[in-house]
Amino acid sequence: MTTADAATPAPPAAGRGRRLARWLHARPHLQPRLLLLVPLAWMVVVYLGSLLVLLVNAFWVKDSFTGNVTPFDWTLNAFQEIFTNSVYGTVALRTVGIAIAVTLTDALLAFPIAYYMARVASPRKRGALIVAVLLPLWAAYLVKTYAWRTILQGNGFLAWVLHPLGLAGPGLDKLPNAWLVLSYLWLPYMILPIYAGLERIPGSLLEASSDLGARAGTTFRRVVLPLVIPSLVAGSIFTFSLSLGDYIVPNLVANAKFIGNVIYDNSALGNFPVAAAYSMLPIVVMVGYLLIARRLGAFESL
Amino acid sequence: MIESGLVRGVLRAATGIVIGFLYLPLVILAVYAFNESRVMAWPPPGLTLHWFAEAASNPEIRDAFVNSMIAATSATAIALVLGSLASMAVQRYAFFGRDAISFLLVLPIALPGVVTGIALQTTFKTLGVNLGLITIIVGHATFCVVVAYNNVVARLRRLPRTPEEASADLGADTWMTFRRITLPGLRTALLSGALLAFALSFDEIIVTLFTAGAGTQTIPIWIFTAIQRPTELPVVNVVALVLMLVSVIPVYLAQRIGGGDATGLVR
Repeated sequence: MTTADAATPAPPAAGRGRRLARWLHARPHLQPRLLLLVPLAWMVVVYLGSLLVLLVNAFWVKDSFTGNVTPFDWTLNAFQEIFTNSVYGTVALRTVGIAIAVTLTDALLAFPIAYYMARVASPRKRGALIVAVLLPLWAAYLVKTYAWRTILQGNGFLAWVLHPLGLAGPGLDKLPNAWLVLSYLWLPYMILPIYAGLERIPGSLLEASSDLGARAGTTFRRVVLPLVIPSLVAGSIFTFSLSLGDYIVPNLVANAKFIGNVIYDNSALGNFPVAAAYSMLPIVVMVGYLLIARRLGAFESL
Repeated sequence: MIESGLVRGVLRAATGIVIGFLYLPLVILAVYAFNESRVMAWPPPGLTLHWFAEAASNPEIRDAFVNSMIAATSATAIALVLGSLASMAVQRYAFFGRDAISFLLVLPIALPGVVTGIALQTTFKTLGVNLGLITIIVGHATFCVVVAYNNVVARLRRLPRTPEEASADLGADTWMTFRRITLPGLRTALLSGALLAFALSFDEIIVTLFTAGAGTQTIPIWIFTAIQRPTELPVVNVVALVLMLVSVIPVYLAQRIGGGDATGLVR
């Protein structure tokens, strides 16, 4: 919108602007197209275009002599490599397994605090708790990951706590570290949607349930839980997708390879076909997850 | 209230534990910023302010900070323009393929960051584009568009149309109505969208490592590299503490702008 100068009395510019406005006004079908022109061009060219180049690269091959990718030489070599070398399968199972574990852990941890915020805490306390959950969410991702590195390392905080019990610190090469740190990182992304979902449930619904003779447990199972499932699934999109694509945390706290590490390592070696072919996996998994999430009504709760 | 006293007690305790879990790592790291020793053992043997001076005079940190500011500001500006244009088209007009637009915009953050990263890097390499600050900005802007879009769409949905119609009836043209009526109504939505886009960009590493190339450092890339060099850790601790303190600002502003948390997670 180039209307910055319309406020100052600049007749020629304003006149042109006014003529353009009148011309557009007479052509309402053109207005959304003009509005969408630039954003759509950006998203289609930069983003979808990149995804297409990625897809195409998966069917090319890296020349083992020159180290360059030979374009337009169509092969299935990259996919063959992924399906025959068992490392790729192991890494995929490890990553998806941790992502599921993180999502379940966050759901379990988030539910009580979200319930407390939405239905027990006073309005003042609720406001304070929202801020308390938001502050760690906005703190830098690497700062939080690094903080856990200092806690988990051999002479770190956890070792200090465990020492009197005769136990050693976990060190920075254990896979469960990745589960712990990813659960920590994405927990606020689960708490906030569940809180918002619980807060939307009218109190009268719960009273009606108990008036009709349902005990607290029954009301929770039959009324609260079904109503909050979409919010829970909405939160799980974050926890699952963010865990699935992470390669910094497994590297820094667990010394383990996730899907992202394999993609990153291959691209660093210039092996774009294998990196591209392997990145089809998180795309497929995530698209499947989103389709299920949509069926469960999560998109209305985002 | 149907919750019994016992249930409420358990919920209160669980809330306390979760809040403790969320803050423990941040508090520990904050203490390390004053660690007298170069060794990161717990507990620190003594306290000092020495590392703050060292961090302040570190040219690498300064360069990385400048790059991060440029990248975040540019990405935010692009995202605000693209996101607002798209949101006005989607919210104010009915046309074929309208639902596909929001899906396309949300895709870069719904798909794992590593996919966006490798896709952009492969494309830049295939086209022979040199990686640097510009390619970082392109990547950041792409996943920030949805943030601006979501905030503006939510606001447009709630804004009544009548003032715009009144403005048109009183003889104002499209621009005048936009500038005097629509834009002021969108101001806080644009501000919270900008806040979140800026923070997302400033904090990003998963995509950035793919689009940065060897020579360009942002603050997250600097931290990522420095973490793995033991001698740099005292200075990293200081930068970490400063970043933690700075992250209070967007939360405070989001609360001031009202209602939302600027993440869109609480509506």
